[in-house]
Amino acid sequence: MTVLLIAEINGTRLEADATAKALAAAARLGAVDILVAGEGVSTAANEAAGLAGVARVLVADHAVLGRQLAEPMAELIAGLAGRYTHVIGPATAGLKNILPRVAGRLDVMILSDVIGILDAETFERPIYAGNAIQTVRSADPIKVATIRTAAFAPAPRGGSAPIEAIEVAPAASAASHWVEDRLSVADRPELSSAGVVVSGGRGVGSKENFALIEQLADKLGAAVGASRAAVDAGYAPNDRQVGQTGKVVAPALYVAVGISGAIQHLAGMKDSKLIVAINKDEDAPIFAVADYGLVGDLFQAVPELVERL
Amino acid sequence: MKILVPVKRVVDYNVKIRVRPDGSGVELANVKMSMNPFDEIALEEAIRLKEKGAASEVIALSIGAAASQETLRTALAMGADRAILIETAPGADIEPLAVAKLIAAVAREEEAGLVLCGKQAIDNDMNATGQMLAAILDWPQATFASEIRLEGGAAQVTREVDGGLQVIGVALPAVISVDLRLNEPRYASLPNIMKAKKKPLAIRPAGEFGLDIAPRLTVVTTVEPPARKGGVKVGSVAELVAKLKDEAGVL
Repeated sequence: MTVLLIAEINGTRLEADATAKALAAAARLGAVDILVAGEGVSTAANEAAGLAGVARVLVADHAVLGRQLAEPMAELIAGLAGRYTHVIGPATAGLKNILPRVAGRLDVMILSDVIGILDAETFERPIYAGNAIQTVRSADPIKVATIRTAAFAPAPRGGSAPIEAIEVAPAASAASHWVEDRLSVADRPELSSAGVVVSGGRGVGSKENFALIEQLADKLGAAVGASRAAVDAGYAPNDRQVGQTGKVVAPALYVAVGISGAIQHLAGMKDSKLIVAINKDEDAPIFAVADYGLVGDLFQAVPELVERL
Repeated sequence: MKILVPVKRVVDYNVKIRVRPDGSGVELANVKMSMNPFDEIALEEAIRLKEKGAASEVIALSIGAAASQETLRTALAMGADRAILIETAPGADIEPLAVAKLIAAVAREEEAGLVLCGKQAIDNDMNATGQMLAAILDWPQATFASEIRLEGGAAQVTREVDGGLQVIGVALPAVISVDLRLNEPRYASLPNIMKAKKKPLAIRPAGEFGLDIAPRLTVVTTVEPPARKGGVKVGSVAELVAKLKDEAGVL
């Protein structure tokens, strides 16, 4: 068994946490080569080589790969795939865009959001927003899968894998081009990899009141999340959404403020190690999953909490 | 330009699903079914593009058992011009790869200029059909769209990515998969529901396409996720902080 793991690259940087977690999953299947593809990614390649348990790092450094657009990336990966039994990547927005296209090119199915690996052909994945877990066996010659990173502990550092450059024949594609990135600027940890997450829901009441959630997050060194209800109401941007249709997180501490705990939200955070809920409705479903529940008015409780921390 | 919109019949998003205790799957008998919410958003966008004069015809396509006609009638009532059902055997598992092959066949036949689809179906949560379709057609793709602008044979698409938004341009024909914030789908009015009954709905057996649509995955078992047990209620913020410090050790 040989596995091609696609590193998650953000600009020129390696998303080390997501890649190391997917590596931990990939390593269960066999020897792992990591593909680092992008433009100006030599530092990222060195970092990937430092992860423990990597056989080789393959570097594809070319302008055409600079924005990780799906068309050239899928072309590159599909070209390499024939040498491997598995092609795997973390289930980031970037690789959820690319890897199903790779599978389509190879005429194989995709295994999305894998949370468990039983053997080389058998995988567990959530369906219905995590309300059921399906075990599926793949009959495809090459298994293409994305790994839900929250389900795996990261592979440690301490490796020194050899780095090999691979030739990229630039596909002269006018079909797609990058225009701009509009990334949320925040001096806070990234939501999907943060150790602590503080999320606000509809109970927060307004965009202005969301400052309360941010104050608590800053006190805890946490990332800020939001329920879909809060996003729909315009209190928080969509990239902060935690849930079935947003991000799936599993931090050491998750604080849900003014969140009732709809099925779709629980699907995105119920694997957190410790859950704290603050809500004025004592019957809110969030309390059924919270380790510590505080029934009360968040506008009193949150400022008091900020003060006492 | 024709816009093709694939729509899937799924368990309504408000239904709490039940996993059969014998591990054989999710109970679908006597459960309310609806159009996949992401597909509704795709359809709404296609209708708006037609209303703006950017498209000539909106074709709704569903792949599934005969009951999917109901979903297509909803699509027609919302404003699709005509519908196609590719009928499969009841209970057959048609995976995203097979769905993508069938949509590709129709997109070629119809010479569609754009396929607008939901980013994922809320039953299998695969998030794959649009990308696979783009690969099979060798068309560019723009996934997770929250804004679409058509201009001179190309689309400028704002995409929801980790950490914010990305804007890309794709040449048409293309596949665009849509995310939640793109629009709010309309409700079908009663007169439009009546009119939809007279709009054309073609039914074609899946076998007619001569494609390999056999499943590649075998479902071994479907189980409920491990339940998380609830904890304790605390009486005050002071008690909460104490618990977090002393009992949980996270502060």
